[in-house]
Amino acid sequence: MKPKYLIALVVVAGALAYLVFGGLGQNLVYFITPSEYYQQIDRYQNRPVRLGGLVKPGTLEYNPQTLELRFVVTDGVKDVPVRSSGATPPALFGENRGVVVEGRFQGEAFVSQNLLVKHSETYQAPKEGWTPEEVRKLIEGTQ
Amino acid sequence: MQLARSSPTNRLDYLTLGILGLGIIGVVWGFFAAMSSPPDQSQGYVARIFHLHVPMAWMAYAASFVALGYSVAYLVRRKAHHDRLAAATVEVGLIFMALTLLTGMLWARPTWGVYWDWEPRLTTTAILFAIYVGYVVVRGAIEDPELRAKAAAGVAILGAINVPISYMSVKWWRSLHQTQSIDLTTGKINVDAAILIPMLINLAAFTLVFIGLIRLRALIAAREAAREEA
Repeated sequence: MKPKYLIALVVVAGALAYLVFGGLGQNLVYFITPSEYYQQIDRYQNRPVRLGGLVKPGTLEYNPQTLELRFVVTDGVKDVPVRSSGATPPALFGENRGVVVEGRFQGEAFVSQNLLVKHSETYQAPKEGWTPEEVRKLIEGTQ
Repeated sequence: MQLARSSPTNRLDYLTLGILGLGIIGVVWGFFAAMSSPPDQSQGYVARIFHLHVPMAWMAYAASFVALGYSVAYLVRRKAHHDRLAAATVEVGLIFMALTLLTGMLWARPTWGVYWDWEPRLTTTAILFAIYVGYVVVRGAIEDPELRAKAAAGVAILGAINVPISYMSVKWWRSLHQTQSIDLTTGKINVDAAILIPMLINLAAFTLVFIGLIRLRALIAAREAAREEA
């Protein structure tokens, strides 16, 4: 066997082991819900964790000057206030949208380092009744 | 370079050329159909990458099952032809898998906010990609044709296990990736006809390209084998 293939095999085997034992092992529970957090508050304090849920309507506050973003993540039962700063949120971010935030619980609030937006699996064209203005806003808003 | 003498198994036949030609015409047609499909209600025009991403992902998954079939056929019948077809399928599948990951990343950045995240669907897909790469490396590493074919068949058979895991990952575990828009396990389709039809054109076109490329790659492998023997 030529050495270059031996090296390639080791690299591939190493990558697979990393993916299976490192990546997948931690990710079988990809995010926790607010209800799960309240069941084991001590366990999740001050360590990196992902929290998932919906952005509760009426709780979204965004300050474009300081880029500080505050909202409440809910699973319909429990709510967690989230603080996020730094990056501009993705275009699809909004109230009643699914989100996954990566960060830490600090006291009562969750401090997010990374904000990810979930989107649904349905794809629908604008229906009759949509005004041309609404369609224009959709196209420009998502560019 | 001297070409090997042509024989019925390694001649470039009209069927392969026809499939590839039709497939390329289909891809062009599918591109224009996709580019004239309406925007999605929530994602706008970004969702059009669906027309590339989903057919490519299906081809990448299908490659694993086709390779599984040819690998089992090789182990049962021990015909070099089946081994070459299995290898060709994985190589073509590797290209589609790479394109699936690439189109997925380009779609993820504007919608999810990141190119990549270690969530279940993406992680299991990365594992499948690594298995395809591993298959090609294993073939390169082993000189003895019979041992090479047997070892590669083993990798292909084990690798195929990961396809249903990857496909179902969005249902079995919490994920960032949305569940299937066209669910092959329940038959539910959550896509408007105006968006679905261009995607089906692309699916048909990529299927033809997929089959055509596998036939072409297996032909080349057959010629290589014929020349080595001569």
